[in-house]
Amino acid sequence: MTKSNLTRRGMLKTGAVTGAGVALPTIFTASSAAAFTNEPTGSSVTLGFNVPQTGPYADEGADELRAYELAVEHLNGGGDGGMMNTFSSKSLDGSGILGRKVEFVTGDTQTKSDAARASAKSMIEKDGAVMITGGSSSGVAIAVQGLCQEAGVIFMAGLTHSNDTTGKDKKANGFRHFFNGYMSGAALAPVLAARYGKDRRAYHLTADYTWGWTQQESIAAATEALGWQTVNNVLTPLAQTDFSSYVAPVLNSGADVLVLNHYGGNMVNSLTAAVQFGLREKQVNGKDFEIVVPLYSRLMAKGAGENVKGIFGSTNWHWSLTDEGSKAFVKSFGTKYGFPPSQAAHTCYVQTLLYADAVQRAGSHNPCAVAEALEGFEFDGLGNGPTLYRAEDHQCFKDVLVVKGKDNPTSEFDLLEIVEITPRAQVEYAADHPMFAGGSLGSCNPGA
Amino acid sequence: MLGLNAKDMSLLIVVAILTMCAPLILNPFPADSAMAQFNAGYPDLMQKFVIFGIFAIGFNILFGLTGYLSFGHAAFLGVGSYSCVWMFKLLGYNVLPGIALSVVTSGLFALLIGLITLRRSGIYFSILTLAFAQMSFALAYSVLSNPKFNLTNGETGLQVYANDPQWFHNSERLPDLPHIFGLSMRATQKVSVGGWEFQFNTGYYLCAFIMLICFYLAIRIFRSPFGMMLRAVKSNQQRMNYTGLNSRPYTLAAFVISGMYAGLAGGLLSAVDPLAGAERMQWTASGEVVLMTILGGAGTLIGPVLGAGLIKYFENIFSKINDNVLHGWFSFLPDGMEDLMVTLIHPFVGKGWHLTLGIIFMLVVTFLPGGLVEGGQRIGRMLSRKKSKEADSPASTEPAE
Repeated sequence: MTKSNLTRRGMLKTGAVTGAGVALPTIFTASSAAAFTNEPTGSSVTLGFNVPQTGPYADEGADELRAYELAVEHLNGGGDGGMMNTFSSKSLDGSGILGRKVEFVTGDTQTKSDAARASAKSMIEKDGAVMITGGSSSGVAIAVQGLCQEAGVIFMAGLTHSNDTTGKDKKANGFRHFFNGYMSGAALAPVLAARYGKDRRAYHLTADYTWGWTQQESIAAATEALGWQTVNNVLTPLAQTDFSSYVAPVLNSGADVLVLNHYGGNMVNSLTAAVQFGLREKQVNGKDFEIVVPLYSRLMAKGAGENVKGIFGSTNWHWSLTDEGSKAFVKSFGTKYGFPPSQAAHTCYVQTLLYADAVQRAGSHNPCAVAEALEGFEFDGLGNGPTLYRAEDHQCFKDVLVVKGKDNPTSEFDLLEIVEITPRAQVEYAADHPMFAGGSLGSCNPGA
Repeated sequence: MLGLNAKDMSLLIVVAILTMCAPLILNPFPADSAMAQFNAGYPDLMQKFVIFGIFAIGFNILFGLTGYLSFGHAAFLGVGSYSCVWMFKLLGYNVLPGIALSVVTSGLFALLIGLITLRRSGIYFSILTLAFAQMSFALAYSVLSNPKFNLTNGETGLQVYANDPQWFHNSERLPDLPHIFGLSMRATQKVSVGGWEFQFNTGYYLCAFIMLICFYLAIRIFRSPFGMMLRAVKSNQQRMNYTGLNSRPYTLAAFVISGMYAGLAGGLLSAVDPLAGAERMQWTASGEVVLMTILGGAGTLIGPVLGAGLIKYFENIFSKINDNVLHGWFSFLPDGMEDLMVTLIHPFVGKGWHLTLGIIFMLVVTFLPGGLVEGGQRIGRMLSRKKSKEADSPASTEPAE
């Protein structure tokens, strides 16, 4: 038999506990007073620099970090001001952002989506970062861009070249200054056709992820439009270090051009393997065998050494450009670190300035206000000539450089020579181009 | 109570209190102090603690009890993650269907792999599981992510897109993020007390609650006749077979249960962050859970959770200490000394956190073969010995058998 002891005290206790239980969930939903995620309140504002410090893109990551530190120094009024002096927008004055001192935290993406997101999350949740930037891999950039959209902070993409970043995976909180696979194809194909002829047979080795796929698609489309044939496209894992088993079949494929859709350490290894197999001395179909690396950087050229001589590719920026912005940037970077910056460093530096400038013009760190200030923004003086941040997909449109490995380098940094500066009009495309279709920006998310 | 003896009950209660108060315990330093670098009480890391705790508890049911060392448990974690994200894509952002499906699919997957791999034991079993996990990784990374049949979205990771069906999702009423009946996983209540800031996060408490259930189930398994059977497999499987017992069903059951734990952990990872990357299935991830279990203490109840916490702490806290931070710490020293200290410490922090972890792992395995739990026991024994001061009774040597 149960015996119930109903007392006044017992009733009160039960009532209180039940009440607390019912009220408990509300403390989780109650939003804080801030208008947006990580609204800066003190005398400083924190930016999150999320770059690969380990893995195949570690060299690029290290250079990006140098550029970020330089940008922070300039924003806080240190150094010689770099490109702030040549930037067409004059709202930045060296007093930080909106009068707040700029501070930063760093993280290691390990070139893995999971690790990159964990690192970005800790910057947002623990360190109160109001903007995340960086990335040297499109897979990572897309993953982090999605996270920033969910968390309600701005993502200023670093080096990411996949069409998807501002194509099918574009997000309202994400912005990209770097060029993309389509632009590489559009700039490179006419130069290749002029040098190598219009009846070439191309064999593609492609890094097996979003960037490799979209770049391969872009290059194949652009070269096929000029008469080339694509013999084969072989996907290689991103973590691959030995490419000899991928290069060997090229010899018997009947192809006379090898296109390496590889970047960073991947490209250094695959190009070295191709050269060791003697591809460059071969004659196929009565023509000299040629190798093309659509996305080039000085760091890669350095890694590949002698092998890059005479090899064509495209790049976003190169330190030997002679416009005022580039000269100012190379000077202040060189003074601080003793060597010229890479294209990765350039785009990261520019992205940081663009963000700071947009906040300054908008008068707020609110992601929606920042996005509005960046959308359709036209600027100059940051090393790429007149540039537009297109509102429809948050992609920058500017000139593209076609470069070639220098035959007689004068120094260990003088490895690439600019063959052609492809004008912006030639690399522009409609926002709903099929290679970029399938996604939508959505609406900006201020979080909180 | 709950079918537990007093000792296990008190362990469960201690674990429950620790997990529920984690946001307070893990933030011992004021937010503005230099030591705030070592605070671990932010949602992402706390979620990782309990989720990888679940993963390690499950792994320990297989490794700690039966002694079968699986090098492929990350495959189940990955399968769980992908299942959960697919539920988000198809049904909507409520986490419960996703978590349920992740347990079911990883259980089936474990049954399939277990049937094949458990035909062998010892090193052959380990190699077989490793081979299966690497196959799964290759499938997820490349084979199942081609444009015609995109199950895993390759290197970018499976994520939810605006044009996914999400049949039961109502974006007007519900958050556009994983939620449990409308309560977003990302919802965080920040409470400032003096200089301290504590973050109470929905996703964390959901994971912590599920971890407690998992922990309770693990205790019951450890103390059950079934658990005894598994221990018998570990101590001498041959002798067990000679007595006429078929041990295969027991090992298979343990394998499937630990696979389901791993799948649950994977599902929760997706629930708190709706993106599933293939690298979750890589062999390094499988190796990590082995490290966690051994570091904490294989075969003990609480050990794997401690090991998981330690490794995740290193990965997230030590890896973020850069030279700038170091210079900040040692700025009180004269310039030459400051640079020297930074140079000395530099290899062990930032991207060198693996090195520090490796040294700790070496020390633990050498001096505390029973893991952190043994360390705790030794300290406990030392304290109680001091208290009772019964030094005159020498440890009696017992005959071997």
